[in-house]
This record gives sequence, structure tokens and C-alpha cells, in this order.
Amino acid sequence: MTCRELTSFIADYLAGELQADTRVAFERHLSRCPNCVQYVADYRRAVDLGQRVYAHDEEPVTDVPDDLVAAILAARGGKFAPD
Amino acid sequence: MEEVANEAALVVALKNGEEWAFETVVRVYGGRLLAVARRYVRCDEDASDVLQSAYLSAFRAMAHFEGSAQLSTWLHRIVVNTALMKLRTRRRKPEESIDDLLPSFQEDGHHVEQFSDWAAPADVIMERRETRQTVRSCIDRLPDGYRTVLLLRDIEERSTQEVADLMRLTTTAVKVRLHRARQALSTLLRQELAPEDQGRNVRQQAGIKGT
Repeated sequence: MTCRELTSFIADYLAGELQADTRVAFERHLSRCPNCVQYVADYRRAVDLGQRVYAHDEEPVTDVPDDLVAAILAARGGKFAPD
Repeated sequence: MEEVANEAALVVALKNGEEWAFETVVRVYGGRLLAVARRYVRCDEDASDVLQSAYLSAFRAMAHFEGSAQLSTWLHRIVVNTALMKLRTRRRKPEESIDDLLPSFQEDGHHVEQFSDWAAPADVIMERRETRQTVRSCIDRLPDGYRTVLLLRDIEERSTQEVADLMRLTTTAVKVRLHRARQALSTLLRQELAPEDQGRNVRQQAGIKGT
């Protein structure tokens, strides 16, 4: 397996979806290619960070501006008020 | 998700069309929902439009809201669907390429770049508000079609099939986009967060323009 091939299998490898023989070849390549080890580590870190920065407590949240609240309520009243 | 003291009572009031309930549901849940809309559409004006349309859809569908679902979860899904619709209507230009952010290979299949360990574990990056913001802004820089798949698959944890249905793509296309989006994000993070010498080194070797 070349670096190029290994790269194309990373997502399936991390998802545990590689066929056994491909997984063995993947891991054999990693065992002798520090550059791919680093590439896979960077990839995993990117996925991990993406998930964590959008976890509930991490994303900054601001209140809905008053004019937007008013616009939403007005749109509802205008179109859907029972009168 | 924000909690309200008595969500069941709020739902009943919404179903009965009580005015206070509409304002409450906008103020209590709206801030977080606006942030969710912004992840997808990126600009504040479009996010406001998405929030407004989503609430109007929710109010219209209120009669069908099942008590078994959490109100916040139900609203979240409506916002995501509305944001995806917004992205579809505004997509006029051909999609930006992310090829520059993908790895390049020599003829024999070896990586062109040497990836150095830039030695910042995720925990260290997560410690600082600034670096957390950098990660979010790197995700923001991914072209719509890639960012959306990354958000739906990795952040919302929707299935490949569900994302394929939502985005009108094949499951293979979803997998390819997710993989490319993660690779591009990885490159952007290395550019932005690796120590100066290592980041520059990687950029030069990859032939990637600085930001």
C-alpha cells in the first residue's frame, strides 16, 4: 500500500469499516511510515477538534437581537394570527 | 440546549396560540439556534433569515409536535433543514475547489510533504478561547458543500444516508466530501496553529498560499 492509497482509506479505517486484509495492509504501512502516522494523527485531531469546538458549552451564543425577535413575532402575527 | 422550567407547559401554550409563549420560545432557544444557522450559512444576515423562516415553519407545524420529542431538538432540526434550503437557493457560482488543501503525491505514491509533529494536542488547543475560535474559523473557510457535510456528519452525527438525502447526493459522494473536508481542515489547522517555523515549512512544501 502506498501513502496515496493509505490516505484514501483513512476515513473508513477510523470508522472501523475497512475489510480485514486492507486494514492489515494499512497498519503495516503505518508501522514503517512515520510521515503517514503524522498525517493520520493530524486528520484525527482535525475531526476531534471540529467536534469539540461545537460541543454545547464551547460555542459563543448571543441573545437574539430585539429587532429580530420583533420581526419573527410580527411575521407570525401578520400571516397566522387568528385575527 | 437551554432548559425552560416547564417545557410541557410552554408547548401547551404554543399549541393554544398564547402570545407570551411565542416570544418565550424565540428568546429562550433563539440564541443557540442563531449560532447553529450561522455555522451553515456563515453570514449574519442569512442566519437571521434562516432563524425567522425556521420559527415560522415551527409555529405552523406546532400542532404536529409530539410531546415525546424535546422542543429544543425539534427546533434545531428545523433550523438545519432551513439553513440547507438557504444554501441551495444561494448557490449560484461553481463550488470553490479545495484541491490546494489536499495532500499531493509523487508518482510513486509517496507524500510530497513531510508532516512534522506540530505538537499541540487537542486538549491544549481547547484550553484557550482564541484557539477554539481559530478552529471554528477554519471550518468556516471550507466551501459550502464540504463544510455542510462535515457539520452534518461529524458535528451533528447524522448518518451518511441521512446526509445524502438531505443534500441530494449519493452516499459515495457524501463519504468523499467528508474525507476531503477533514483533510482540508487538517491542513488549515496546521497552517494556523502549528508553530511558525513548522507551519511555514509545511506551506512551502505543499505550495499552499498563506492566508
